[in-house]
Amino acid sequence: MNGILEIKDLRVEYPSRGIGEPVKLALKGLNLSVREGEVFGFLGPNGAGKTTTMNVLLGFVNATSGAAYLFGVDVKEPIARQRIGYLPELTYYYKFLTAEELLRFYARIFGIPRGETERRIDNLLKLVELEHARKRPIKTYSKGMQQRVGLAQALINNPDLLILDEPTSGLDPIGRMKVREIIQRLKNEGKTIFFSSHELGEVETVCDRVGILYQGELKVEGRVSDLIQKYQTNLEQIFLQIIGYAQPVNS
Amino acid sequence: MNAVFALSNVVIKELYRRKDFYVLFILTVLITLVMASASLFNDDKIVRYLKEICLLLIWISALAMALGTASRQIPAERENRTIFPLLAKPVTRWHVVLGKFLGCWLACGLALVVFYVFLGLVSASREHTWPVLNYFQAFWLQWIFLAVVIAIVLWGSIIFAAPSSNATICLVFVLGILIVGRYLNQIALQQSEPMRSIIYGIYFIIPHLEFFDVRDLVVHDRGLVGWGACVLVTLYGAAYTLFFLFATWLSFRRKALN
Ligand SMILES: Nc1ncnc2c1ncn2[C@@H]1O[C@H](COP(=O)(O)OP(=O)(O)OP(=O)(O)O)[C@@H](O)[C@H]1O
Ligand SMILES: [Mg+2]
Repeated sequence: MNGILEIKDLRVEYPSRGIGEPVKLALKGLNLSVREGEVFGFLGPNGAGKTTTMNVLLGFVNATSGAAYLFGVDVKEPIARQRIGYLPELTYYYKFLTAEELLRFYARIFGIPRGETERRIDNLLKLVELEHARKRPIKTYSKGMQQRVGLAQALINNPDLLILDEPTSGLDPIGRMKVREIIQRLKNEGKTIFFSSHELGEVETVCDRVGILYQGELKVEGRVSDLIQKYQTNLEQIFLQIIGYAQPVNS
Repeated sequence: MNAVFALSNVVIKELYRRKDFYVLFILTVLITLVMASASLFNDDKIVRYLKEICLLLIWISALAMALGTASRQIPAERENRTIFPLLAKPVTRWHVVLGKFLGCWLACGLALVVFYVFLGLVSASREHTWPVLNYFQAFWLQWIFLAVVIAIVLWGSIIFAAPSSNATICLVFVLGILIVGRYLNQIALQQSEPMRSIIYGIYFIIPHLEFFDVRDLVVHDRGLVGWGACVLVTLYGAAYTLFFLFATWLSFRRKALN
């Protein structure tokens, strides 16, 4: 076990919704390993299985077969999630709480002492630029603001591994740049980041390695620079080529 | 345990940010005061009548609160998808069940305290006595009753999809036990086999919620329940509560969440 995040022959079937409807095979024997301190970009078209993979890592969905480990601990154990931070695909928070109450709630779950909690909340709200709105209920926030609360809650336990499902979706260009800066900063602090995205330009700038998932299978995996070298084109063209939308440049 | 307390705290916060409790309390106060103003002669019967109405309203309000809040908790977590960031923390589903239970139960307890203080004030203003221990027993036993009800409703909220249908089913179940539960053994005697055994079986399985209802003692000033009996009934309620919470966890444990 060398990676912080290990996925072995992971297969996930969703049960059929009705009689006669087939079971939906969302992942077909996925293997993946993310090493300490790297930023891994998890790419793939809509419906490829990115969110499903993350849902298995977080224990929301049970693997049909295969296994996944975080820090060497099977994801079936809740303790595997002690050192991770997770940002869901859409914003899902208690709307009647204010930002600071929400962060306090999650801090308490991690058993962070009171004084430390307040210090972290101040820092995080500064980081995501929500200090001015910290005492307002989350239901009064714009989508971008909710996304930033999400990022703050993912960081409350000072995690070593971040799992971010489309962290920049729905943000304006400035917001996206800010998230990119935060990711860069976390990387410099030595954190490992596993995130999915559809913004290939962004992925090219912040990721060390990428994997491209298509129809539940990992089609390509490697260092961004190596892939560009190998295919002689940019990431977007590689992506389109792999899912069969573009002709190979050098064929 | 941190997670359980944190969760129950959020349940209580949500409740006092909603209007339900205030509306129920004001309605109870208004109805009782209207009744009180009708009793001009300070007649002994009328005080009893007043206490009876007030206690009935307290039972209805508390039951409505317990059903309303407990049936909503877990479905709302799933519907609003707040369950995802929550379970991404080192939180087990048992913590979720326990935290939700504790939050609902404590919130109902707080509401009950307010209601019983009001009852005390109303009856003291007429009778000029303070049977504090009687009220405490009535309060305590009703609170244990609510624990069993909340645990039942939580289980129902995993099994039945819609909170409203779950609340209705649980209401019918609880009222059914309160009304006919104690007579089932007599009904069984009048039946022939195999109905007799079936009804006897039901009689022994169901939680006898009527044990927790000592309103008659309070209304008619019949004195206290023995403390030993109180402890036994409390243990009885705790056992059923644990059983239903365990059942909730069993149903919730393997549930896929999307
Ligand atoms: N609960 C479910 N029941 C049945 N099928 C599902 C369920 N959730 C996802 N799927 C299917 O599994 C496949 C993978 O979905 P998933 O959400 O993992 O894709 P994704 O890569 O995250 O896509 P996107 O980029 O749109 O977020 C899709 O075909 C989807 O229809
Ligand atoms: Mg997705």
